[in-house]
Amino acid sequence: MSTSTVAHHDEHADHPSGIMRWLTTTNHKDIGTMYLTFSLIMFFVGGCMILGIRAELFKPGLQLMNPDFFNQLIGVHALIMIFAALMPAATGFANWMIPLQIGAPDMALPRLNNWGFWLLPPSAILLTLPFTLALFGIGDGALATGWTFYPPLSVQGGIGVDFAIFAVHLLGISSVLGSINIIVTLFNMRAPGMTLMKMPMFCWGWLITAFLLIATIPVLAGAVTMLLTDRHFGTHFFDAAGGGDPIMFQHLFWFFGHPEVYILLLPVWGFIPQILETFSRKKMYGYKAQVYSLWAIGALAVVVWAHHFFTAGMPVPALLYFMYSTMAISLPLAVLFFCWIKTMWKGSMSFETPMLFTVGWIILFGIGGLTGLVLADVAADAQYHNSYFVVAHFHYTLFAGGIMGIMAGTYYWLPKMTGHMYSEKLGKLHFWLTAISFNLTFIPQFFLGLAGMPRRIPDYALQFAEFNMISSIAAFVLGLSQLIFVYNIVTCARGGKKATDQVWEGANGLEWTLPSPPPYHSFTEQPVIK
Amino acid sequence: MSLFKKVGLGLAAIMASFMAKADYSWNFPEPVTPMALDTLHVHNKFMIITMVIFVVVLAIMIYSIFAHRKSKNFKPVEDKAPSTTIEIFWTLIPFAILLLIDFVIMGIPAYHSVVMMEDTRNEAKMVVKITGSQWRWQYEYLDGDAQGIKLVSNLSTPKEQMDKGFEGKKDEQYLLEVDNRLVLPVGEKVRILMTATDVLHNWWVPQFGSSRVAVPGFIRETWVQVDKPGTYRGQCKELCGKGHGYMPVVVDALPMEEYKAWVVAKKEEMAKASAGADKEWTKEELIAEGKSVYEKNCAVCHQVSGAGLPPAFPALTGSKITTSPIFGADGKYLPDSHLDRVLNGKGVMPAWKSTLNDSEIAAVITYERNALGNSVGDLIQPSQVKSARQ
Repeated sequence: MSTSTVAHHDEHADHPSGIMRWLTTTNHKDIGTMYLTFSLIMFFVGGCMILGIRAELFKPGLQLMNPDFFNQLIGVHALIMIFAALMPAATGFANWMIPLQIGAPDMALPRLNNWGFWLLPPSAILLTLPFTLALFGIGDGALATGWTFYPPLSVQGGIGVDFAIFAVHLLGISSVLGSINIIVTLFNMRAPGMTLMKMPMFCWGWLITAFLLIATIPVLAGAVTMLLTDRHFGTHFFDAAGGGDPIMFQHLFWFFGHPEVYILLLPVWGFIPQILETFSRKKMYGYKAQVYSLWAIGALAVVVWAHHFFTAGMPVPALLYFMYSTMAISLPLAVLFFCWIKTMWKGSMSFETPMLFTVGWIILFGIGGLTGLVLADVAADAQYHNSYFVVAHFHYTLFAGGIMGIMAGTYYWLPKMTGHMYSEKLGKLHFWLTAISFNLTFIPQFFLGLAGMPRRIPDYALQFAEFNMISSIAAFVLGLSQLIFVYNIVTCARGGKKATDQVWEGANGLEWTLPSPPPYHSFTEQPVIK
Repeated sequence: MSLFKKVGLGLAAIMASFMAKADYSWNFPEPVTPMALDTLHVHNKFMIITMVIFVVVLAIMIYSIFAHRKSKNFKPVEDKAPSTTIEIFWTLIPFAILLLIDFVIMGIPAYHSVVMMEDTRNEAKMVVKITGSQWRWQYEYLDGDAQGIKLVSNLSTPKEQMDKGFEGKKDEQYLLEVDNRLVLPVGEKVRILMTATDVLHNWWVPQFGSSRVAVPGFIRETWVQVDKPGTYRGQCKELCGKGHGYMPVVVDALPMEEYKAWVVAKKEEMAKASAGADKEWTKEELIAEGKSVYEKNCAVCHQVSGAGLPPAFPALTGSKITTSPIFGADGKYLPDSHLDRVLNGKGVMPAWKSTLNDSEIAAVITYERNALGNSVGDLIQPSQVKSARQ
């Protein structure tokens, strides 16, 4: 790469202030901040929904809501947590950190970047608006099919389904734009000397995520569009009476849906090793092995989709293929776990909040991964499928593996982003409350599932009462503990102990060579990697 | 007996004792079919394997966390790439162990389970068709002695027990009791054909270990062979709308002689019901019968009061359909009349002609026209429904 493409930037600090700064900004740090703030707000919106659910499930009987509203809450909770909380958080980190990590002044396509973000608030409104409309007697509320949109239920549903379809379209466009930007940035704007195999692991995680998004989002967009035409324009893609097949939707949906799991996790697998090497004061073990494993997982991600609906009926060879290919994911994943632990091994570890979250993350995500291996077994899956066992499993991968990872990243980079140290005491309190209440929420759900409680039911038989009560109480503790997280972030943004440039004693990499917080335009002189 | 079997049965025994209390049961309920037994073994085996992996890996990490701390002045060492033969050897060994676990220890039994699970036809002694509808199950015996028997199975837990503010004691089988149970003979392999009339459903009894999605417009298959007499309960496992939590499955597994006696009794009962269609009913009889049919089948959407849940589920009280005439001048029922809508359905309203018999349809229509705040005054006889079907 020639140095001319990153010509000297003027330190023009005359960008607009107030609301116009945020509406018109093309600065990667501003956009990153907006993504992260949006994500945090939506995390609470989705969280409040699920606390409503857990309150309803506190004891048998219908206490708070009718079954239809219950169904709306579970589906919108999932869509918000996946598309509006987890994905924007990862994109926020990408915006903030990828240019800093590769020594670029900004993202390659800054205007696209702005557009990508500003598609998010309208889609969040589309998702939640039907709740409000229903209050005024328009329509019968939000999407009540669960986040998976399965027809024929979604064909039967009310306007909430249409709102959700358009929301997913907008979110999808936003993700694809973000992905294009990241790929272009990573391929073209690395500092001289930074070969691909010298890129920080977070960049690798995101590069593969971006390819997965571009490969699979169009399939989802196509599937929900077919659903839309089935609903309103008389097509029969998913209607057997017209020669269609409801199960085809499941194939299309999960062709996106399974890679989506890795889309949520790969960015986290990127920065977790960086946190480990920082707090172990030792270079990460097996850089190459990790990169190859990430690629292997990315490739396997798009060929295992049907394990999400083994019980829908498939020929024996298909069942066997999807079972064995799913089990094969454990191989590259085991390499990753091995490298993470080997990075810690004989390091000189200290346990600040990011490291605590990372260690907790490894353990809890391990539970999610291992239960996933068991779920791959077709015969046993007949029992686990759509039971609370599955609910517990994917919360171990997506709450522990996703959101707790994002929390580790937040504490890790917050001093860099704000220039202040957060309260270590509150951070640790937040970690312990989160880890303990998370387990108390979801371990009972494993047992509930095995004992035979189906998911997505608003009321349950008396034999499930005790574990549901434990789970509900713990869920409220989990929810309330997140207020500490917000308090800690807000106070850190407003002031506190100055952070040094390097912030952490063991931190290495270009982002730690800049001041904390980095100037509005960073790398006015291009760094060179030897 | 292999170690896994021993542990599995041990766990099953512990489980059974937990089941007695039925409060904190933490594993699969007692298996009663070959498939459920197989699933339990597979599950226990995999759980033990994954727990061993988990504990070993965790132990290494926890040791490291305590030993290699900065606060203990542990100096970090520099890792080398695995270049020597020994290092490559130690890299390949875990890989080989994992391959062995994935594709041999777990993979081979999983293969046999799949083949067994999907073999629905060999040695099957009878066929039962299960149809899922919003929100009930229909069972139809397709061959053998019981051929022709049709059952509609609705939730029978009293509505008031589900309502908020219910302070009394809920039934022991709250949400898990139905009016008509599926009855199967013990020890016979039963091939099950599965379909649905509206949306996806999933017929699931945890103690049977089989679960299969019922897809409208398609036939899916599974099988059960219940080896122990008893009553087994489960639920719909695929989100199917607002009544998803209210369509339980209850199966009575009877020894062969009792099963045969049940078949005979059921057939007599059905003959009596079809005879009922030919007799002349009084309005009071129709309304009394109609009330129970209504509350079982219709109240879930149109509500016990008839007020409905607009806009999705319209009110019956004072509605055009329930108050306008049913029959035209030529004696045939009118399109979009009350009878047309109940027989054939429209949109979200299901067609009831294959679910309810003539007497039940006549009764529920008469009830809806003369109760729920309506007082049209007319009635409809089962014989009229019967001729309307032709």
